[in-house]
Amino acid sequence: MKDKQSKGAANLQANYKINTGHTAIPKTYKLYIGGAFPRTESGRYLKMKNKKDNSILNISHGSKKDFKAAAAAARSALGGWAKRTPYNRAQITYRIAEMLEGRKMQFVAELEAAGVSKNEAQKDVEAAIDLLVYYTGWADKFQQIYSTVNPVSEPYFNFSTGVPVGVVSVIAPKESGLWGFLAAFIPAFVGGNTVIVLAEEKFSACAISFAEVLNSSDVPGGTINIITGKRKELLAPFTTHMEVNSVILYTEDKTEIIAVQESAAVNVKRTSIRHFADEKQSPYLIFETLETKTTWHPMGGSDGGGAKY
Amino acid sequence: MPFKTPKIDRVGIQERCAKFQSRSLKADTKKKLLRLALNMVDLTTLEGSDTPGKVKQLCNKAILPHGALPNLPQVAAVCVYPSQVKTAKKALNGAKINVASVATVFPSGQAKLSIKLDDTRFAVDEGADEIDMVISRGEFLRGNHNYVFDEIAAVKEACGKARLKVILETGELSTLDNVRKASEIAILAGADFIKTSTGKIQPAATMPVTLVMLETIRDYYYSTGIKIGMKPAGGISNAKLALHYLVMVSETLGDDWMNNNYFRFGASSLANDLLRQIVKQESGLYQSKDYFSIG
Repeated sequence: MKDKQSKGAANLQANYKINTGHTAIPKTYKLYIGGAFPRTESGRYLKMKNKKDNSILNISHGSKKDFKAAAAAARSALGGWAKRTPYNRAQITYRIAEMLEGRKMQFVAELEAAGVSKNEAQKDVEAAIDLLVYYTGWADKFQQIYSTVNPVSEPYFNFSTGVPVGVVSVIAPKESGLWGFLAAFIPAFVGGNTVIVLAEEKFSACAISFAEVLNSSDVPGGTINIITGKRKELLAPFTTHMEVNSVILYTEDKTEIIAVQESAAVNVKRTSIRHFADEKQSPYLIFETLETKTTWHPMGGSDGGGAKY
Repeated sequence: MPFKTPKIDRVGIQERCAKFQSRSLKADTKKKLLRLALNMVDLTTLEGSDTPGKVKQLCNKAILPHGALPNLPQVAAVCVYPSQVKTAKKALNGAKINVASVATVFPSGQAKLSIKLDDTRFAVDEGADEIDMVISRGEFLRGNHNYVFDEIAAVKEACGKARLKVILETGELSTLDNVRKASEIAILAGADFIKTSTGKIQPAATMPVTLVMLETIRDYYYSTGIKIGMKPAGGISNAKLALHYLVMVSETLGDDWMNNNYFRFGASSLANDLLRQIVKQESGLYQSKDYFSIG
């Protein structure tokens, strides 16, 4: 074991071109809740093998109490985030892309450690940055596409706009390390929701490193929370907690879909079942986490004709 | 004199309070304590912006805390300003819930005695069952302890049958020794309850301050056999903290104080968190305040 670790350290040194005789310090992958990096309250860790150099990573094995803490953080962050101007949400999303660009190498290395080829990893990270820029563009424009002016027969100006549905729990796809992870929750985030994301277990390290990017991108604490752990164990808290208003789930498993839909029914969470194979970038993914607010604004002619107050 | 007025060991008090927070409670006990805590709440609204409508809403919450669970205990009292006592009394409509009113120029208490007594009599005449008075912290801090004693005694007389809670406003008393001293003065002058805070000053109720007051009550009980009530108020907004307080009461004063005749929580948002935790215990699902009425 010791040999494996020092070999890992040596590889890390090689990756980062450090030649100082320095011993690399392996990172503890903690959770990301409320803008901080707490350890899991359960004190459990998952050992994960770095497929590139066979060193061992310690990943937090999150519990339902961690989810509870994240739900509280997401709820308290919601008001402030939903009230930000769409333009400001765009700025922050773009800032995430800037920060990610500067740390591309690290994410490529972490995807490789999870068994992705170097070529694929590079493509994945670059696609993830592009995805952030894509949704930056939509952040202050989706409302114009979503909103409608509705014809009504009474003398009202009647219009509908999208408002964030609230706290959204997201179970990330198994298939993709970074692009798929971001594609799962960035649309909801851009729409003014706060999210709690369950990272795919084998890409846990990558997800928590991404939290560091978030943490240096002016993303308000609690708007994006990231939990790592066992999907089977965490599916129930992610879908039953009454603080959650909507669930996004990537799966092909029919029994999982039924179980999630049943749990989500306790407080009628809006549930989006998505398939990674069909995944694309689209403003319609933002719409999935919006509620429609319709306003009836009294309107009379200058002569009062037609008004029925 | 029933009191020997010991010096307070601040570090010792803090250590003791830390212990109360480390007790493990079994699920059954927790369920019972959550319901008991709800039964001890003085549901409070003390804002300049209080309207009769808001007071009525609060009273409805007091009578029926959560519609989905009709068998819940009711709260102990609603606590309002004197001008809202009549509204509250009417809204409670004969329910076994007391109306408590703050008085004596709450929260500062900076007025002459005759005004404070008028304030008290007005609240009692309007129908208040309990009076929450504030002491003159200014007089206390300049060493005029007799003034504070006489004032409490006079207010007690003005209360008639209403039970008197004496607010020390511990956040303004600086030291735990002062808290002990003020507690003794209040008890000797005729307080039925001693209460930590108005809720308008930070820090409001804390565990160390409450423990000092509970120990004063205990010492008084040992020397006279008379039971005085305790009401921490302000800053106790979640169920977990309320349970820590109940552990402290149980271990300092015993079972005789584990009811709303002798222990109260002064709080506005605690009731809803207790309800959330009670529903969580029943359903196994973590709750959101979205599904509980405000109040």
